[in-house]
Amino acid sequence: MQHLEEKFQAKIDAEIKIEPKDWMPERYRKTLIRQISQHAHSEIVGMLPEGNWITRAPSLRRKLALLAKVQDEAGHGLYLYSACETLGVSRDELLEQLHTGEAKYSSIFNYPTLTWADMGVVGWLVDGAAIMNQVPLCRCSYGPYARAMVRVCKEESFHQRQGYEILLTLSKGTEAQKRMLQDAIDRWWWPALMMFGPSDKDSKHTLQSMKWKIKRFTNDELRQKFVDVCAEQVKLLNATLPDPDLKWNEERGHYDFGAINWEEFWQVVKGNGPCNKERVEARRKAYAEGAWVREAAMAHAEKRRQRQATATAQSA
Amino acid sequence: MNPPTPLFSYILRQADNVLILGQRLSEWCGHGPILEQDIALTNFALDLIGQARSLYQYAAEVEGKGRSEDDLAYLRDGFDFYNVLLVELPKGDFGHTMTRQFFFDAYNYYFYQQLQKSSDPTLAAIAEKSIKEVTYHLRYSSEWMIRLGDGTEESHRRMQTAVDALWAYTGELYTPDAIDQELLAAGIAVDLGRLQQHWQQRVREILTAATLDIPTETWMQKGGKQGRHTEHLGYVLAEMQYLQRTYPNSEW
Amino acid sequence: MEKNNWPLWEIFVRSRSGLHHKHVGSLHAADAAMAIENARDVYTRRNEGVSLWVVESQHITASNPSEGEALFDPANDKVYRHPTFYDLPDGIGHM
Repeated sequence: MQHLEEKFQAKIDAEIKIEPKDWMPERYRKTLIRQISQHAHSEIVGMLPEGNWITRAPSLRRKLALLAKVQDEAGHGLYLYSACETLGVSRDELLEQLHTGEAKYSSIFNYPTLTWADMGVVGWLVDGAAIMNQVPLCRCSYGPYARAMVRVCKEESFHQRQGYEILLTLSKGTEAQKRMLQDAIDRWWWPALMMFGPSDKDSKHTLQSMKWKIKRFTNDELRQKFVDVCAEQVKLLNATLPDPDLKWNEERGHYDFGAINWEEFWQVVKGNGPCNKERVEARRKAYAEGAWVREAAMAHAEKRRQRQATATAQSA
Repeated sequence: MNPPTPLFSYILRQADNVLILGQRLSEWCGHGPILEQDIALTNFALDLIGQARSLYQYAAEVEGKGRSEDDLAYLRDGFDFYNVLLVELPKGDFGHTMTRQFFFDAYNYYFYQQLQKSSDPTLAAIAEKSIKEVTYHLRYSSEWMIRLGDGTEESHRRMQTAVDALWAYTGELYTPDAIDQELLAAGIAVDLGRLQQHWQQRVREILTAATLDIPTETWMQKGGKQGRHTEHLGYVLAEMQYLQRTYPNSEW
Repeated sequence: MEKNNWPLWEIFVRSRSGLHHKHVGSLHAADAAMAIENARDVYTRRNEGVSLWVVESQHITASNPSEGEALFDPANDKVYRHPTFYDLPDGIGHM
């Protein structure tokens, strides 16, 4: 066992990918299942806040873009569930965990989308933060996860642009539209920063995940990178980030930013965010209402098989 | 105000059909029975709304009053929408949605098939592009009709309920009015009489394979093509047009 | 948990004529026709393919990683299978 584990770590250190049937420590497998399934759940729960505006998109062009984007998220959820299934757990088991509240997903999706500007800000900040988290995952040590992430990242590239374009249009619009824009940034900025997870000193999984090369950068490193990028991009929108402490620090070569309200973060994780209950309930409802469809399709496939078998037997 | 020309109305009918159905389908996004089907239904919505854009652009050009595709979609009230009633009905369960889709796909397929030969080159070009999408839609919804009709007892019951409930809204798909006849004579429009034969044959074939009874009811609801709708359309438009109405004269 | 879960299918896409089908991932479907349609919607939304293969995952037999050394390492030292093994004078042109 000791020997196997050393060989395993040596492979990882040599940047050799781990594939489904390779030996792996049970804890590695568990960590991956937890992380990939959380990621998959985040994609499909993430469809809901944006799906909320599809029927109200203000132009046909925007409607198509938003539909395509939310559809991509379904696709990403699907790739990730598939990657997870290579670790010996079925999609239905994973969905069960989501529906009972046992599994987590990104807390950001427990916030409501209140105006059209939210579609822009979700694209810019939420997808922006997600991309920053996800790009390093394309080099993750587990092959199926890394491959799924390559696909995801390639497809994500239009999402953030789609969002930023919405915001640019609003920023050049009427007073009411500018107000909508600033209001959305104010509501989403801090939750977006929380997407990178707890501060390094409080993150219980980071160290082991870095050693296994499931993770490549720490939460705080990625968060800083995100702040640096957004602090510049917000200027082009003629808007501001809601942080009085945000200031360029020449010495560090980074923006300083204010303290994150971790109390809020943990409350949302615990289920007390504005939309936790609605989100899980919506998923549960879709699944429950789809049960008869899934059953019928299987029943029909079975009938076909039997008819075919009978026909073959008769012709023989 | 001058009444709209027949050609303008004719284009709007189809544009409104595909937009409103696309809008209804998009309600499924994020709520489908399984991820794979969620993605498929959204593809349908994307195809249909894409068709609507081409048609509105052409309608706007034909009208020649400087209106845009979005003006037509977002700034008309219900009595200026000319879609058939079938597409504006609530989505119901997955069986209901699929049955409506099948009835409409069967229409849409034969519609574009004929429209490809329209003497109006723009309509013919739109039809040529759309028929590829619609061929797939019809294949997909036909298969699902059979799967769910000939699946479990519950699915059979649900599908028969949907077929019975929607049947009265199918006649409008193939019943011509004065505009259809005038434009048919001009070589522009589709011959709905011929379409009806194809439609009925296809529907009979698929419903039979799906072990579903073909309704014997012959009374058909109508009015959408002339701008007289069900109560549902008002809500569809209220939701769809909300931003354009609340913030007039804005760029989005 | 349902007993009637749709089986898993492996999806192979030919990205354009002349190339091999390549494994791109998997998905669930109740039957083969549905697997093809789902694969079209899931894996070729952006023009990624001109042809699809689908095969139920349970029908794939994979080699065992623990036998990897026995299966594949012996090919490591068969240098004579590669053109660079053979010394030829310069100037004979392309061969």
